[in-house]
Amino acid sequence: MTAVHDEVLSFDEAMEKYDPALGFEVHVELNTRTKMFSSAPNGFGDTPNTNITPVDLGLPGVLPVVNRVAVESSIKIGLALGCKIAERSHFARKNYFYPDTPKNFQTSQYDEPIAYDGAIDIELADGTVFTVEIERAHMEEDAGKLTHMGGATGRIQGAEFSLVDYNRAGVPLVEIVTKPILGAGRRAPELAKAYVAAIREIVKNLGVSDARMERGNVRCDANVSLMPKGSTTLGTRTETKNVNSLRSVEHAVTYEIQRHAAVLDSGAAIVQETRHWHEDTRSTTAGRPKSDADDYRYFPEPDLVPVVTNDAWIEKLRSELPEPPAERRKRLQADWGYSDAEFRDVVNAGVMSSIEDTVAAGVSPAVARKWWMGEISRRAKLADVEPAELGVTPELIVELNALIESGKINDKLSREVLDGVLAGEGTPAEVVEARGLAVVSDDGPLLEAIDGALAAQPDVADKIRGGKVQAVGAIVGGVMKATRGQADAGRVRELILQRLGVEG
Amino acid sequence: MAEINREDVAHLARLAHIDMSSEELDRMAGELAVIVDSIKSVSEVAGDDVPATSHPIPLSNVYRDDVVGETLSNEEALAGAPDNADGRFRVPAILDGE
Repeated sequence: MTAVHDEVLSFDEAMEKYDPALGFEVHVELNTRTKMFSSAPNGFGDTPNTNITPVDLGLPGVLPVVNRVAVESSIKIGLALGCKIAERSHFARKNYFYPDTPKNFQTSQYDEPIAYDGAIDIELADGTVFTVEIERAHMEEDAGKLTHMGGATGRIQGAEFSLVDYNRAGVPLVEIVTKPILGAGRRAPELAKAYVAAIREIVKNLGVSDARMERGNVRCDANVSLMPKGSTTLGTRTETKNVNSLRSVEHAVTYEIQRHAAVLDSGAAIVQETRHWHEDTRSTTAGRPKSDADDYRYFPEPDLVPVVTNDAWIEKLRSELPEPPAERRKRLQADWGYSDAEFRDVVNAGVMSSIEDTVAAGVSPAVARKWWMGEISRRAKLADVEPAELGVTPELIVELNALIESGKINDKLSREVLDGVLAGEGTPAEVVEARGLAVVSDDGPLLEAIDGALAAQPDVADKIRGGKVQAVGAIVGGVMKATRGQADAGRVRELILQRLGVEG
Repeated sequence: MAEINREDVAHLARLAHIDMSSEELDRMAGELAVIVDSIKSVSEVAGDDVPATSHPIPLSNVYRDDVVGETLSNEEALAGAPDNADGRFRVPAILDGE
């Protein structure tokens, strides 16, 4: 990373002077069992260089064969994006030299993508609907994973060598490319985030991708350019690579708008280049400028024959599509009985699917909402991640809720139990045991604490005896403090009143 | 003739990472021009009604079922590599990704 800090204009000032244009390339990893062109497993987190066949290594004499399910998943994505499905499409070689591909080319699609000319409606937080036009969606393969070694930062600068794992090489990808998105104005960053969220939702809903951004299942390259207000000529764009969380997408677009505005204001020109996003500094640095290396010398892949579709095949796949997200939202709100405001909050917090999974795992919609909108969202905000990225599973919530309902722990303790589970200390039951978190239900220790609290506040005790039952709160508070929150407040209240011989 | 000039060849050589001497560039420019001209003669014969052909055999939709097959072991995978470390291929650091 360079030490140079680019000038930026405030977002408000940038928006007074310029109109942004956006464009996105989103790569979606399909969750097929095998790779795009070989029968190697499509897995995550396995021992390096074991999910590979000679095809994935590009060894001499190998022949790729297309995965039928990957083609069908790609067609489904095209249909869900409102695209036309090409009657005939084929693969092409994209030639480049970089060790993430052992073949020195990526098998992709060039002039005949499987899907083209689509559009999707993106709903912003306040309900405004924005239509994003889709240029194309094409099939290709993922590349291997490089780890740069030596040097202080683990980045390529200063690295002495790189280690390559080809397990990911050949994993099926669908790249979704938008047409230029104009007219978003100051809502551009919000739209960027909402667009990527919508793509993630669509492919997850289709069941064709695990859609886990933290694993790189959905990756976004964000193009940004600015036009002076009133102009209709697109400005020079930059492409910020691999912006791989929803928040980062929003921040990266905001930053690039501010940076472009400062460059243009200074009278300089935007350099067409790739930019690298740095989550830590929330800024981008210059990558490679457009150059000779972008001449990929595409040509038709001679080892693969064309993909030819027909109406019967497409209609069969169309009939397998799940309910579209907009309709799904309508149905879920009705099922759960949430108010419009409650439901909108749930959607905006990005926890609708999490709640759906949690309800399916066996808790009530109200309980699921309490967890996802409460404790989990709070933690996500603190950690600056999406709630779904915290690693809280529906099963975990079911278990926590069962512990609360059985009276073993209370709401307050459940948060501490969650801490323990997320820290890897075991199941909720194990954490309760190990941390000694169970609610004190044996009256003995409670009575002891009550006597202590009464003795500490004799004036309050007298008030209660005299009939001021509402004063009992102060004693309950003292008992809860003495038991470090591990008592059932309702039971404590009962016992205090009994002790003082007062009717509740 | 002269569809391919010396600069075109130098550009292609750079893209293909091939070192070529000045003499080679001159010779290849001439030879490639002949090849391009020869191929161009096909366009003269093929009218608008002939679709572009990427495969000589009229075959389409050759697919494989999504079933896991045999894979290489880590040792087999690395057997042909000039260098390896930590179960992975070891390559020179190349400035591109960052």
